[in-house]
Amino acid sequence: MTTGPRTPGPRTPGTQPPGTQAAARPVLRVHGLSVRFALRGGRYVEAVIDAGFELAAGECLVLVGESGCGKSVLASALLGLLPGNAQTAGTALLDDGLDLLAADERTLARTVRGRRIGLVPQSPAAHLTPVRTVRSQLEEAVRELTGAPRAGRRAAAEAAAARAAFPTGHLDRHPHELSGGLAQRAATALALVGDAPLLLADEPTTGLDRDLVHRTADELRAHTRDGRSLLMITHDLAAAARIADTVAVMYAGRIVELAPAARFFGAPGPRHPYARGLLAALPEREFTPLPGNPPALSALPPGCAFAARCPAAGPACAERPAFTGGLACHHPAVPEPARA
Amino acid sequence: MLELRSITAGHGRGTPAVRDVSLTLEPGTSTGLLGPSGCGKSTLARVAALLHRPDRGTLVLDGTPVTRWRHRAPREQRTAVGVVFQQPRLAADPRLPLHDLIAEPLRACGRRPEVRTRVPELAGRVGLGADLLGRRPHEVSDGQLQRACLARALVLRPRWLVCDEMTAMLDASTAAALVGVVEEYRADTGAGLLAVGHDPVLLERWCDRTVHWSELAGRTP
Repeated sequence: MTTGPRTPGPRTPGTQPPGTQAAARPVLRVHGLSVRFALRGGRYVEAVIDAGFELAAGECLVLVGESGCGKSVLASALLGLLPGNAQTAGTALLDDGLDLLAADERTLARTVRGRRIGLVPQSPAAHLTPVRTVRSQLEEAVRELTGAPRAGRRAAAEAAAARAAFPTGHLDRHPHELSGGLAQRAATALALVGDAPLLLADEPTTGLDRDLVHRTADELRAHTRDGRSLLMITHDLAAAARIADTVAVMYAGRIVELAPAARFFGAPGPRHPYARGLLAALPEREFTPLPGNPPALSALPPGCAFAARCPAAGPACAERPAFTGGLACHHPAVPEPARA
Repeated sequence: MLELRSITAGHGRGTPAVRDVSLTLEPGTSTGLLGPSGCGKSTLARVAALLHRPDRGTLVLDGTPVTRWRHRAPREQRTAVGVVFQQPRLAADPRLPLHDLIAEPLRACGRRPEVRTRVPELAGRVGLGADLLGRRPHEVSDGQLQRACLARALVLRPRWLVCDEMTAMLDASTAAALVGVVEEYRADTGAGLLAVGHDPVLLERWCDRTVHWSELAGRTP
């Protein structure tokens, strides 16, 4: 199944190692996740509101939305990396029942980050230590995460590099000597060292050119074949279409649609007007923008946050739509009949 | 015409990023320049925008060869080209509210009286409401800041526009909106466009013609 050193971390009995039985039990169950930031003067910024989704072993879920919609805050919340003024609600359960939102820093640092959730960062150039070689950083991660004896570290680091398709010949280079694609692979290799069953990729393709976006997305996707789950956060719909099993669309802090990728990108297409608008804005489709701007998270309207920009908005939209059946909308686009 | 003739340009010692590249832009037309990251296309875009002095070669702007660059360029040449960069955060003074950001080129050129009419007009064009104009860059999203940066590029009514990966950081809807603003401005004024990017689908949809970086090197105009 999986290669490389196994995590000696505390895995409760009965927990399935990754890759045994796909989809038997969700690797991650997020329910009612909300994050708000307290500001001076008793005001709040509601960055994530009542988000919920499940991620099965081997599944790739892509969370799409425009910048500032709260998707990166959601990722930080799962890793316990929110700043001090953040308040969270809801649950995010790993497969053994550990609640990521309730766990203390010690548990997160010693058993979760790197071991059960591997983070593929947004900007590998900023994530890697500039003054040390890739090998030295990988060996440090091996030492910290697996406790491998000195003698085994070199081989373990090389194995992790190989899994991320990072060429062994480049291991002794410093980050500035790597191209964007290789730096991305080095960062991915670091995320793979702990053999975590869940990979969390936060905008891994921002600023890369199209070929590299495709390659990075494909490589991340390949890691799900041995049973890992992938949660990718992106604003790049082309990358999402390429690798997603499931798509979650976020707008103004809320997940407004959760749908299988084939239906979302193919026929009959998304049901939420915002999601339809996003797809229509692609240059390979109509290339027409949505009117207006998203609302500020500090001043969300009481009803549907998208109503002001929505072609289908009506009186009902003054009330917030509930998220049911994978959709939060009073006027879902009527799915066109699938053409054979 | 904006003519880049046999441009060689780089950053310090070592291999130049751009070597003997020629490209001619016709007035009123849009040209997409495609290339992988790191190929030197952004350096060429900076040369076209008078922001980078080439080591060899000439830039001819509407018939006049450019001899002075950056802040030393004569105002008339400097203001003939508007530029939008990839990363709005790095291209915006964090101290300026969006209104002042858009007005800055007018102030720098001693055209303050136009601020009162020009800034609201452009803000409307790029889709920035009055409430957003009072905010500083850290209080707005990347997409909103890029809208302001595009308004700033248009505020002096340039005859040429250089958009270097303008939409790479943006979601699909904001990208389509900004491309729409550029095209509307070009339809009104007949300005020419050099759009640099790595997304063939986008550039082919956007521009009259697209050229690939690999076709440019070592050719004489």
